Amino acid sequence: MSRSASKGLWANIMLNIKNLHVKLEDEDKVILRGVDLTVEAGKVHAIMGPNGSGKSTLSYVLSGRDGYEVTDGSAELEGEELLDMDPEERAAAGLFLAFQYPVEIPGVGNMTFLRTALNAQRKARGEEEVSAGDFLKLVREKAASLKIDADMMKRPVNVGFSGGEKKRNEILQMALLEPKMCILDETDSGLDVDAMKLVADGVNALRSEGRGFLVITHYQRLLDHIKPDVVHIMANGRIVLTGGPELALEVEKNGYTDILAGVE
Amino acid sequence: MMALAQTRLDQLSARIAGLHFPSTGWQGKARGDALSRLGEVGLPAARDEYWRYTAPAKLTAAEVKADVSKGEVAFDETDALRVVFVDGVFDAAASDDLAMDGLEIVRLADAVTDIHWAAEIYGQLETKGQTPVVRPLATLATAFATDGLLIRVTGKATRPVHVVYIGKSDTSDAILHHCVMLEKGAEMTLLESGDAAARFTSNLEVDVAEEARFHHVRLQGRNADRRVNTHIFARIAEQSTFKSFTASINGTMTRNEAVLDIVGDDAIAHVAGATVGDGRDFHNDDTVFITHAAERCESRQVYKKVLKNGATGVFQGKILVKPGAQKTDGYQISQSLLLDGDSQFLAKPELEIYADDVKCSHGSTSGAIDDTALFYLRSRGVPLRRAQSLLVLAFLAEALSEIEDEALAEDLRLRLEDWLDRHEG
Ligand SMILES: Nc1ncnc2c1ncn2[C@@H]1O[C@H](COP(=O)(O)OP(=O)(O)OP(=O)(O)O)[C@@H](O)[C@H]1O
Ligand SMILES: [Mg+2]
Repeated sequence: MSRSASKGLWANIMLNIKNLHVKLEDEDKVILRGVDLTVEAGKVHAIMGPNGSGKSTLSYVLSGRDGYEVTDGSAELEGEELLDMDPEERAAAGLFLAFQYPVEIPGVGNMTFLRTALNAQRKARGEEEVSAGDFLKLVREKAASLKIDADMMKRPVNVGFSGGEKKRNEILQMALLEPKMCILDETDSGLDVDAMKLVADGVNALRSEGRGFLVITHYQRLLDHIKPDVVHIMANGRIVLTGGPELALEVEKNGYTDILAGVE
Repeated sequence: MMALAQTRLDQLSARIAGLHFPSTGWQGKARGDALSRLGEVGLPAARDEYWRYTAPAKLTAAEVKADVSKGEVAFDETDALRVVFVDGVFDAAASDDLAMDGLEIVRLADAVTDIHWAAEIYGQLETKGQTPVVRPLATLATAFATDGLLIRVTGKATRPVHVVYIGKSDTSDAILHHCVMLEKGAEMTLLESGDAAARFTSNLEVDVAEEARFHHVRLQGRNADRRVNTHIFARIAEQSTFKSFTASINGTMTRNEAVLDIVGDDAIAHVAGATVGDGRDFHNDDTVFITHAAERCESRQVYKKVLKNGATGVFQGKILVKPGAQKTDGYQISQSLLLDGDSQFLAKPELEIYADDVKCSHGSTSGAIDDTALFYLRSRGVPLRRAQSLLVLAFLAEALSEIEDEALAEDLRLRLEDWLDRHEG
C-alpha cells in the first residue's frame, strides 16, 4: 500500500501502533511484546498499568530515544512511519512527549530553548519563523495561563524548578508547540491539587478535532479533569484490556490484580 | 648553578640567533639580565616537569613556518583605542592616536630614555614569576621583545585599549612585551585579538596598585596553524581587582601562562578561559600559578575546554597560600567536554596551603555530551547539530560569565557558536 493510500484510508487516525516489539539495545531484555494501539484524531486515550509494564518505554520509543531496539511492528503518525525518523523529525511531524522526568539543562536558557524548538519545527515544516516580539507575547500568554512565573522563564531549562513546576513547564512547551499527537507520561504525578487542575485545563484547552492525546497515568484523579474517550490497561509489555472511562474507575477501586487475572 | 649541557646551549643559540637585542639604557639592563638568566636555564625541554603534557618543540624551534591566513580580530562592535601590530611590527597607519584620557601609552621601542616608569616593572614581574618554577620563554621575551606597549593608567580610562594582532608572513616570529601599570584607584580594560605572526611569544606584566581595577579579555582565534606562547605576570595590591579571560579557538600549539601574585589584602584575582579545538593537531595548554600572600583575598580559575577529533587540552593550575594569608578564598575548576573518545584532557590541579583559616576548592572533570539532555532537546524539534551546539555553549557559559562586560562576552560567545556551527561532525 502506498503512503498516500494509507493516509487516505486512515484519515481520522492520528497514531497507529501495530504489533510493536521492543527490547533493550544492549541487553537481552524484552520490554514491549506486541503493542497494538490506535488513537483517533480528536480523541483522548489513557493508558494505565502496573509499574514496569512498559508505558514509559512505549512513549520513549515513539519519540525516538536511543537505547531501544524495535524488533517488530510499526508506529505511524497520520500514516507516516515514525520509527524511521530522527527524534527532531518526529517532533516536526507533530509528536510531543511530556516527560515523566523532565530534564534539567544547565546553561541553556528556557526562552532560548523554547524559541529554538519552535522555530526549528516551523522551519522543518516550511513555515515562517516566529519573530522575537511575537514569540515573547506568545510565551507570556501561555505561561500566565499555567501560572508560570516570568522569572522562571529566564532560568535555565528546568534547573531549580520544583517537581510540579517542571511538569507545568512540559505543558507550556506543548501549548507553544501545538503538536498533533500529545503523549503525557505521568504528568500528574508530583502535582498538587491546584496544579493538577491547571495542567488539566491546559490539556483541555488544546483538545481539538485535529489532535490526539495519549495520557499515561496511575490515577483516576487526572481523568476526572481530562475525560478520556478510551482507557487501556498495559501489562507486561502489551495492551491487555481496552474499555471506556469506567475501566479507570475499576482500577482505582480494585487495583490490577483482579482485572489482570481476568485477561490472562 | 650547573652549566647548561652543550645540546641545550646549541638549541638556545639557534633560537636566539638574530633576535632583536638593544643593549643600551634601562631596557639594555633589563634585557641583559634576562639573557643571562636564560643562559642559565636554557629553553624548555620535553622532559621538564613543567612541560610534561605539552611538547615545547614548536615553541622553541629555531625557525617557524605556519599558515597565518586565518587570524581573527574580535570586538569590532566595541569602541576602543586600537593599536595594530602586523607580524609583531607596530603599524602606525592602522593604529589610532595613542592619546586617551586616564592613561598614557608609549611604545616599548620608543621608550629609550633612562628614567622611565616601566623600568620598575619590565622584566621585574617576570623575574619574580620564575620561582618556584622557571618559565624560560617569558625570559626570552623579556630579552628579545621587538616592541610592545607601556601603558600607565592614571585614572579611569574612558574606553578599552584593543591590541590587534595581524599575521601576514608565514615565517614571522613575533616577540612582544607589554607592561601595564595601574596607579591607585585607576581602571582600564585591555583587549587583545588576532594572530600576531607565524609564531607569537608575548609577555604582559601588570602592576595593579591599591583599589585599581584591571580587566583583560582576549581572543586567540581561528587560525589552525597558530603557535603561541603567552605569559601574564601580575602583582595585585590591596583592594584591587585583576580579571583576565582568554577565548582560544583552534591553534596547533597554544600555551598561555598566568602568574598572579596577590600581595595586598582584600584583593580579587580571576583568570578564566574557554577553549575549542578540533583535530589531532590541536593542542591548548593553560598553566596558572596564583600566590596568595595577603589576607581576605579571593582568587578564581575557571577553565573550560571543548575537544573533538583527537584534540588535546591541558590545564595546570596551582593555588599557593602563603603563611599568614588567612581568610583566603581560592576556587579552581577545570573541565573538558570531550566530543569523542579520541580527544584528551590532561589536568594537574594543585593546592599548597600554609595558612590554617582558608577556603580553597578545586575540581577537574572530563565528560561527554549529556545524552538525556540531547534527546530532550531533539524531542522538542531541535535538530541534532543545533542541540549539540546549545549544549556545548551551555558548557562554556560558566567560563564566559567570568567576563564582566556583557557585550564583550556576547562577542566571544557568538564567535564560539560560529565555530561550532562550522565544525559540525
Ligand atoms: N534503559 C533501560 N535499562 C534497563 N531497564 C529498562 C530500561 N528502560 C526500561 N527498562 C525496564 O523496562 C521495564 C519497563 O519500564 P518502563 O519505564 O517503561 O515502565 P513504566 O510502565 O513506565 O513504569 P512506571 O509506572 O513505574 O513509570 C522496567 O522493568 C524497566 O526497569
Ligand atoms: Mg513510566
